[in-house]
Amino acid sequence: MLAALEAWPQLAISMTSHPLIIGITIFVLAVFIGVEVITKIPPTLHTPLMSGSNAISGITIVGALLAAGAEHMSLARWLGFLAVVLASINVVGGFLVTHRMLGMFRRRD
Amino acid sequence: MIHSIGIDLTYLAAAVLFILGLKGMTHPRTAVRGNLMGSVGMLLAIIATLLAGKIFSFWMVLAGMLLGGGIGAFVALRVPMTSMPEMVGLLNGFGGLASLLVAGAEIHRAGVEHAQAIAARSAEWENIPRAVQTSMGADAPIPFGMTSDVALAVAASCLIGAVTFAGSLIAFLKLAEHPVVKQLPRSPQQQLINAVLACVCFLLLLGVTGWPQTETFFWLLAICAGVLGYGLTIGIGGADMPVVIALLNSYSGLAGAATGFVLGNSVLIIAGSLVGASGLILTNIMCRAMNRSLPAVLFGTLGPTADGPKADDVYKSVKSTSADEIAMLLDVATRIVIVPGYGMAVAQAQHAVRDLSRLLQDKGVEVLFGIHPVAGRMPGHMNILLAEADISYDLMKELDDINGSLEQTDVCLVIGANDTVNPDARTNPTSPIAGMPIINADRARTCIVLKRSLSPGFAGIPNPLFAAENCLMFYADGQKGLMEIMAALKSG
Repeated sequence: MLAALEAWPQLAISMTSHPLIIGITIFVLAVFIGVEVITKIPPTLHTPLMSGSNAISGITIVGALLAAGAEHMSLARWLGFLAVVLASINVVGGFLVTHRMLGMFRRRD
Repeated sequence: MIHSIGIDLTYLAAAVLFILGLKGMTHPRTAVRGNLMGSVGMLLAIIATLLAGKIFSFWMVLAGMLLGGGIGAFVALRVPMTSMPEMVGLLNGFGGLASLLVAGAEIHRAGVEHAQAIAARSAEWENIPRAVQTSMGADAPIPFGMTSDVALAVAASCLIGAVTFAGSLIAFLKLAEHPVVKQLPRSPQQQLINAVLACVCFLLLLGVTGWPQTETFFWLLAICAGVLGYGLTIGIGGADMPVVIALLNSYSGLAGAATGFVLGNSVLIIAGSLVGASGLILTNIMCRAMNRSLPAVLFGTLGPTADGPKADDVYKSVKSTSADEIAMLLDVATRIVIVPGYGMAVAQAQHAVRDLSRLLQDKGVEVLFGIHPVAGRMPGHMNILLAEADISYDLMKELDDINGSLEQTDVCLVIGANDTVNPDARTNPTSPIAGMPIINADRARTCIVLKRSLSPGFAGIPNPLFAAENCLMFYADGQKGLMEIMAALKSG
């Protein structure tokens, strides 16, 4: 117990000094959450799941916005602009089409 | 400081909303809300990024979002449900390409900044004698502004993004049954070519990681990985499409996660890995439902076995039937199971199926739908078509659910399905589909197969169900055949 407490400051330091390790930690934990949540989704909803998760993968728009909004004009900005367009299609198209599909899943009594 | 903490916490809120949104997808009742939560999460992430103070060309960014959003909305509202597989395929590809471009922009920016730093130093020291320059360390190299772990993430983003984009494009063309697919080059040695391409991609990946200042490596990797994505998908047949679509879905998430490593942004890593996990699970489910391993789908082909039974022998005692006879059978039934297959999607017969099921329900017959996981061209394909036709989701039963009660079913009506109801999978250990889970349509008291002909399904093998004692064939196009049955039911 005492040893763990003593190790704590070092742990904190090591966590701040290795962004790559933090990233990998987040990645692995998120995969586990993903597996836990998604195995519970019924086959009936697998198509909306795909289009919806597809829209979520459009999160790359964050990187696209930063690239397109870069301070200096260069090819990088244009690449970013194109990425913004594509990621926006992905995000808006994905969420909307999922919404449309899910609206059709009704229960008739 | 407080500002940046606020931005980071907003990203965290977005990640939580993504997880809750996916959790909402566990039931049709909560799914609409789940999807809304996901989109709110995305909105938060976008707003946080815009407010983070790193956007210097606001109008350009806004124009890009409006353009992309407009196209996305237009397509999403227009696309018919039958085209959903190719729509999802295309969206996968856009996500992959966006990740690739972000990585490309990042490596280009680092290169430009490096060149600027060198130019600035030489300008600064212009008037200082050369000897003094050297002694003060002017010749020491200026470090490149990208560490090798970030460069590795850039390379991974490029590799996965390019494979996803090219693969999705081919999958899209195949699903849309575009005539150009037949003219695309493919080699009998495709597997060898793919292996060589994969090795070259790996070397280029190391190149980008080791020498990020050489931007050429990045674009070479993008091209090479694109060709690899093409090579991996060009040989894949229609019935294997559910696996490929699910796998590309997974890749598009992983590409996003790699971009998260490039930017050191955890919301990208979380969202990307959620999607990556989702796609992998679906891939796994699809593979199991087809009794095939993932490498077999990606690298192998499924052909008829040489020693398999001949179609003519199997189909010797096939009995065909008429709409009137079917109407008589349905009239006295109390429990009917409808098994749709890709043929229903092709014939766009889902509305006719709905009409028939309503007609029977009004007569007091119990009608259920038995849906095989790989029926159609993508996971859940049959379900969205039936849902579009306004068929209640609690009537759509999974394979295991429906198999438990088929013995007590009076009529099993198979519409445009073949391999997914082939009893050889259960009884013939030498069949290429041996062991594949099937819907036991042959165990119903009477089985009616609505199909245009006796042509084989994707597995290319004859189906003994069609010749079974209790099976009747009704040769017709799905929609027309159902109309005839309904007309006979109403007049009878």
